[in-house]
Amino acid sequence: MSINNRKLTYSLAVNEAIKQMMEIDESVFVIGQGVESPWYVGNTCTGLIEEFGEERVIDTPVSENAITGSAVGAAIAGMKPIVVHPRVDFMLYAFDPIINQAANWYYMNGGRASVPLVIWPIVNRGGEQAAQHSQALHSLFAHIPGLKVIAPSTAYDVKGLLISAIKDPNPVVFIDDRWIYGQESNVPNEIYEIPFGKGTIRNEGNDITLVSFSYMAVEAQKATDELKNKGINVEFIDIRTIKPLDEDIILNSVKKTGKLVIADGSWRTGSFAAEIAAIVAQKAFKYLKAPIERVTLPDIPAPASSELEKAYYINSDNIIEAIKKVVNYK
Amino acid sequence: MKYNKDFLGGLYKMMVRIRTVEESFVQPILDKKIICPVHLCSGEEAVPVGISASLSKKDFVFGTHRSHGHYLAKGGDMGELVAEIYGKETGCSRGRGGSMHLIDPENGMLGAAPIVGGTISLALGAALASQIRKNKQVSISYFGDGATGEGALSESMNFASLKKLPIIFVCENNLYSTHMHISKMRDNTNNIADLAKPHNIKSYTVDGNDVLKVYETSKEAIEYCREGNGPVFMEFLTYRQRGHVGPDDNIQGTHTDIRPREEINEWLEKDPILRLKKVLLENNFFNNAEINKIHKEVELEVEKAFIFSDNSNKPQIKDLSKYVYK
Ligand SMILES: Cc1ncc(C[n+]2csc(CCOP(=O)(O)OP(=O)(O)O)c2C)c(N)n1
Ligand SMILES: [Mg+2]
Repeated sequence: MSINNRKLTYSLAVNEAIKQMMEIDESVFVIGQGVESPWYVGNTCTGLIEEFGEERVIDTPVSENAITGSAVGAAIAGMKPIVVHPRVDFMLYAFDPIINQAANWYYMNGGRASVPLVIWPIVNRGGEQAAQHSQALHSLFAHIPGLKVIAPSTAYDVKGLLISAIKDPNPVVFIDDRWIYGQESNVPNEIYEIPFGKGTIRNEGNDITLVSFSYMAVEAQKATDELKNKGINVEFIDIRTIKPLDEDIILNSVKKTGKLVIADGSWRTGSFAAEIAAIVAQKAFKYLKAPIERVTLPDIPAPASSELEKAYYINSDNIIEAIKKVVNYK
Repeated sequence: MKYNKDFLGGLYKMMVRIRTVEESFVQPILDKKIICPVHLCSGEEAVPVGISASLSKKDFVFGTHRSHGHYLAKGGDMGELVAEIYGKETGCSRGRGGSMHLIDPENGMLGAAPIVGGTISLALGAALASQIRKNKQVSISYFGDGATGEGALSESMNFASLKKLPIIFVCENNLYSTHMHISKMRDNTNNIADLAKPHNIKSYTVDGNDVLKVYETSKEAIEYCREGNGPVFMEFLTYRQRGHVGPDDNIQGTHTDIRPREEINEWLEKDPILRLKKVLLENNFFNNAEINKIHKEVELEVEKAFIFSDNSNKPQIKDLSKYVYK
């Protein structure tokens, strides 16, 4: 890959990945509510209609079930659709085509037909939007066999992972979060892939392992930087994909530090953080020097009132608090 | 004129209450004093006002993201509406829901929710409850033209028709679903009211900016429903005078409003409040002074509603988990 100093925001990296894949592969198309409206999808779809036309960039009626089903069907018929939902909350109408159909299709048909599909739910929360416009459901998708789940946190990662997702012959859920859209990093101009199941160490450290993904990885980075000033050296791992999961990168780090905090931007019970904790408890048991801590949302629907939102949402402060607790464990 | 002064004055006042409180949110939204997303219904007041005139307290209503009018017309308290929008503990949803979650069970307003089409089947369930209990409560399901894209509507119509449930499907067709004109969502030969036909559901298309037309047709529909004849589908043609969310999407920078200026102006002329006012004046039911008196009364009420909200507390952090379970 060429050395490249070009900076791009996360959302424009999404845009570029889609654009470049549509250019080289005519079977790729985008469908979903709001693809022509920045209100829905930010600038992730800017210029796509102009370049590829309304036949391959399809804004739709409010029909999540049928539209998602049509993407699944088109994939079975040999296309590579990207189906976007401006909020994961709206996509709940589409659980049948995603979970019953897309996830199971290849297996239950004995490998006779696969579903090369990218399912793209956007998480968008805060601003007193309340319970039906704020949910983060990555753990739920991770629960489903047959789905892959990616949860990038940087512009560089999102481009590479999205390209891999489009090329992948299976249904891939691309967990996207509006709170990351402004993040910038160096992004190569050309098409490149980031393999699934490969996490990355964003900061090396010996005191404690911190695991995160998607928007919480942004907060985790902040926490890591702040703690560095306070003499705590955090080994921060961004797993980047939830399923498949890079177990080794986590286990190797915990073997070194003996301590683990996981930051997961959704609810506690049944969270993906719980899955990571279970894996480490089983496979690195004898290395652990302190109980594992999870930083998650409480098991409460998102409130409207900003007074409650402040207490509800988690950020780097919560991560720092958890890390201090584990580091100081006696 | 077959209506008496008090009745018409009541319709007028209710529409003015809705409009005045809606418009009172404009500046605080632009000033970011109101944070939650607010979908104003200015211009669409005649629909819930005309319908609610034939409903009793016991009849049920389910709403949408744009339900301030549904809530007030069904008897919801204005102070609790304002407090909810400001995220206060005294709001109708105790500050947990905001503008998109309005409820007043004592007055039959069983809730509103912004998942498009998401409350249609809930209204169906309220109608089912009424049928099982044989108490002739009618259930109103409000939804927009956008919701006609959801399968839940079709499924609900089939079940309502099969069981002859006392539900009225009320489609407020304001020609847009966020940034999208209806012509981009439905084939233009496909009238919304016709959706009811294959289900053998009686249907109407009505001028939704003429409160008397709304009243007359919905009265007939409500009686039909109440007598156990089964569901009714009503499409009301109307228009929102404000942005999809907030007063003006373009000023706010959300850029969802692509509606042509001429179209907006055309509909401003069909303002339901101005139209009823004309009827009131032309029939000498009210003179200008009396009309002004109504507006003054309402302004006072709105002022009081804001004072109520201002004097109310925000929910306390210790109560974050309150209401997760009963
Ligand atoms: C299931 C679902 N999909 C998409 C949305 C996004 N959305 C919010 S309001 C809206 C438009 C609805 O239009 P319409 O039903 O005509 O109501 P109006 O806003 O015109 O009153 C949409 C699509 C949503 N809230 N829920
Ligand atoms: Mg509409």
